[in-house]
Amino acid sequence: MLHYLPFQLSSFAGDIDQVIRVIYYIVGTWFVAAEVILFWLIFGSRSKPGVRAAWLPGTGRAKWAVLAPVCAVLACDLIIEKASSPTWEYVKLDIPHPDVEVKIEARQFAWIFTYPGKDGILGTEDDLVAKELHVPVNKKVVFHLEAADVLHNFYVKDLRLKQDAVPGRSIKGWFDTNTEGTYEIACAEICGKGHTLMGSKLVVDSNEAYQSFLAAL
Amino acid sequence: MSHAHAAPLPEERTSTGVATGKVALWWFLASEVAIFGGLIMSYVVCRLAHPEWAEEAAHTVSAAGALNTVVLLTSSLFAVLAHSAATHGDMKKASNLLFATVGGGLVFLCVKAYEYHHEISEGFTPVASLFWGFYFFMTGLHGVHVVAGMTALTWAALKARKNEAPWAVEYTGMYWHLVDVIWIFLFPLVYLASAS
Amino acid sequence: MSHDAHPQSFISKYVFSTDHKTIAKQYMITGLFMALFGGAAASAIRTQLAAVEPGGTGGFLDPQFYNSVVTMHGTVMVFWVAMPVLVAGFGNLLIPLMVGAEDMAFPKLNMASYWVFLLSTVVLLISPLVPGGGAAGGWTSYPPLAADPALSGVEWGITLWILAVALELVAFLMGGINFITTAINMRAPGMSMWDLPLFVWEEVAASIVFMLSVGPLIAGAVMLLLDHVAGTHFFDPKMGGDPVLFQHLFWFFGHPEVYVILFPAFGIVAEIITCHARKTLFGYKMTVWSVIATSLLSFVVWAHHQFIAGIDPKISIPFSVMTILISVPVAVGMFAFMATLYKGSIRFTSAMLFALGFFACFLLGGVTGIINGTAAADIYIHDSYYVVAHFHYTLYPLVFMAGPAGLYHWFPKMFGRFMNETLGKVHFWGSMVFFNLIFLPQFNLGMMGHNRRLAVPTNYEFLSTPEALLMQDISTWALFGLLAFQLPFVWNFFHSMFRGAVAPANPWNATTLEWQCPSPPPHGNFDTPPVVYRGPYEYSPEGDGPDFIAQNQPPEGQHEVPQNPLVSPHAAK
Repeated sequence: MLHYLPFQLSSFAGDIDQVIRVIYYIVGTWFVAAEVILFWLIFGSRSKPGVRAAWLPGTGRAKWAVLAPVCAVLACDLIIEKASSPTWEYVKLDIPHPDVEVKIEARQFAWIFTYPGKDGILGTEDDLVAKELHVPVNKKVVFHLEAADVLHNFYVKDLRLKQDAVPGRSIKGWFDTNTEGTYEIACAEICGKGHTLMGSKLVVDSNEAYQSFLAAL
Repeated sequence: MSHAHAAPLPEERTSTGVATGKVALWWFLASEVAIFGGLIMSYVVCRLAHPEWAEEAAHTVSAAGALNTVVLLTSSLFAVLAHSAATHGDMKKASNLLFATVGGGLVFLCVKAYEYHHEISEGFTPVASLFWGFYFFMTGLHGVHVVAGMTALTWAALKARKNEAPWAVEYTGMYWHLVDVIWIFLFPLVYLASAS
Repeated sequence: MSHDAHPQSFISKYVFSTDHKTIAKQYMITGLFMALFGGAAASAIRTQLAAVEPGGTGGFLDPQFYNSVVTMHGTVMVFWVAMPVLVAGFGNLLIPLMVGAEDMAFPKLNMASYWVFLLSTVVLLISPLVPGGGAAGGWTSYPPLAADPALSGVEWGITLWILAVALELVAFLMGGINFITTAINMRAPGMSMWDLPLFVWEEVAASIVFMLSVGPLIAGAVMLLLDHVAGTHFFDPKMGGDPVLFQHLFWFFGHPEVYVILFPAFGIVAEIITCHARKTLFGYKMTVWSVIATSLLSFVVWAHHQFIAGIDPKISIPFSVMTILISVPVAVGMFAFMATLYKGSIRFTSAMLFALGFFACFLLGGVTGIINGTAAADIYIHDSYYVVAHFHYTLYPLVFMAGPAGLYHWFPKMFGRFMNETLGKVHFWGSMVFFNLIFLPQFNLGMMGHNRRLAVPTNYEFLSTPEALLMQDISTWALFGLLAFQLPFVWNFFHSMFRGAVAPANPWNATTLEWQCPSPPPHGNFDTPPVVYRGPYEYSPEGDGPDFIAQNQPPEGQHEVPQNPLVSPHAAK
């Protein structure tokens, strides 16, 4: 299952994959152990002529047969949370100082990307508008995600990034990239009949190519 | 078929000692609290996000709301007195007091109708803004409960007049208290929250 | 009793019946009928996903219609199959019998609950047929999409959909009154709360959780309806409304709802494994407490559906912790059931096979939930096929493994006849194999990054790879295998109703009270009102006696009836 995880384009893609991997192995161990024990119990407890089932009400100290593994479950839960919350904070809470800022607007059924013009400020008259998202490689990109009509979700699998776009709100997020190339942007929140068509491209350019992309807008 | 000891009818059995009807009524009241609780929480969350609602809330008629609070509290008192009369076996008095409670509900509705008329004529309709949407939905849903309560109280009062269904005096009274309590929450949240 | 004196007409016995057993059958058969509808929707979805070809060609469904089918599938399976079969069907059938009562506390209210439910069913079935088509915003129907016809293209379909769901919720609120009052107030003499079979506890918990969580959604549904038909602005961002508020109202109900479905299924399984393994339940009180703990925790986890929905990211971590912690009480129940099997004497009946199969599959549904419940992993997993696979691994075993387990087990009680065991085993093994073949590939699709609710996923290159297409194909073919193996069940169910082998009162040698009355129980249930002397699971007690002791069997030498507050305030007056 895990080998299907896609290319790790962002610096946090590896962290998120690592979180998934850690949980996968912890719960996978539990799952396999529980299934083995279950089948052993089923096979071992099949009815045999002349053998009567045991009377085990599980009261008193016997109940620790259940509670002890449950304590182990609790410990695993806490380990998982401890191991994963820094990644959540890194991706969603600690938004870095931007190298590039871009406004992403989702609407039925297209993505519109707005770059600041010469003044370097979004929301002024010289803003530049593009149909595809170009970013320079190895730079931190901070986006302001907005929706014009209904809920959408900005999703790039290689970045391991999903974020809902909510009408009436501007949601701030970030990502970075490590490899030039073209990647697919998808909508991951049902938004109407064109939901299935609502794709776009994320193009990771070299610095020069990015400058000429901006110049051409 | 005959039994050595016939079992009581299903609704007359009680393992806990609490009448089954009362258990059911508490369940019903709890589900009402859940509905209004969800609605009031939604309103409070939106209200905190919109300080400018204070200005809109100022257009509610606080005096009418205050009057209605007094009216509902008084009618609840009549319901308590009706229950007390019923437990002392005076069903005639209980019936009269229940009718007095219904009268309180009627006054409440008249005042509310005046308010609605006043607000709508000033242009504050349910679709005017989010605040007025909440205002009309919350007070309207409460109003529906007032009407339902009045219907139940009238039925109980008529039964009590015939010396029937003494439990209904208490049960409809409990429902009326809920209607009252919900109003106690709505009044400060909707009318008085303009003070900030 | 007086009602035995009057012969009942066909109408009052089978149609407008106040008898809890008839109402149970009505709920179950309506639920099974709706399962055909939900299954047909599933076939349409899966056929479309197998038919599309790279480049976005192929497929036979219009995307809007596809969205509508997806919406209907989810809505029907949760609200019109899981709820009526597990909660209302088994609850109505078993609660009065298990507590030794003649009927529910309020039989007429019970009947009204079913008829409101049937009305909601009709409204739902009409909703896709009106101009503009059916609701197409997913079973969650998030605004603004669901609130504005200009954005969704759906006019009356969504109005009827909301109305149907609201009616259905009201029907179950009405039913819940009976479940609670009957379980706590109509117990047989001598039966304390700690003598109740676990199933009754689970139904009580399910009813309370449902009642406390559904209120905000009823308010939310009416607000959505008003936005749609009256033009109010509750969820309209242009006028200061907040679409995310609806998500909170929906999931404040929607997550506890999972446990509303889970509890009765756990209860069914507990009754079956104790009976067919001839073992007393391991840690009965501990298990009851785990149910109570699960109920409480279920109210503080809802935002895990909204980690990336625009809520404050700071509150995600506490919700994530709570979500993961709910595995603790659920694990208590699961481990207690497994410990119950230890040193048992298992009879592999169809009912037992389905109950054991439920464990084997539900375990995977449980553990995979830890990944989506972890906020950091959810950034990638959210709204992907991984989530689809996860919740089908929980809900399918709950509804279509614990459900049939219950049907095979209690069928003799319902109809006085056995279901065919050979067909039952064919049904079990076929379902088991093909269910896993449908949903295991979807975990892989999720890891590849396949997002949900795409009518034509092959519009994207990354969903057009040979592996992705292969997974979709396996999943689709397996669905048809699964559906084929439901045919023996359908035939078995209806054929055995009239032609099955005649069953005695207590065919499985079970202890609980529903087996201590005739099969099927007459109107009024018990020939003599039962008196309870012992706990629910006295299987294989120590000594050489019989390997089960019914709850109403007096101890040696005791003949007097135990004292019990079987007093009526009405009788006393």
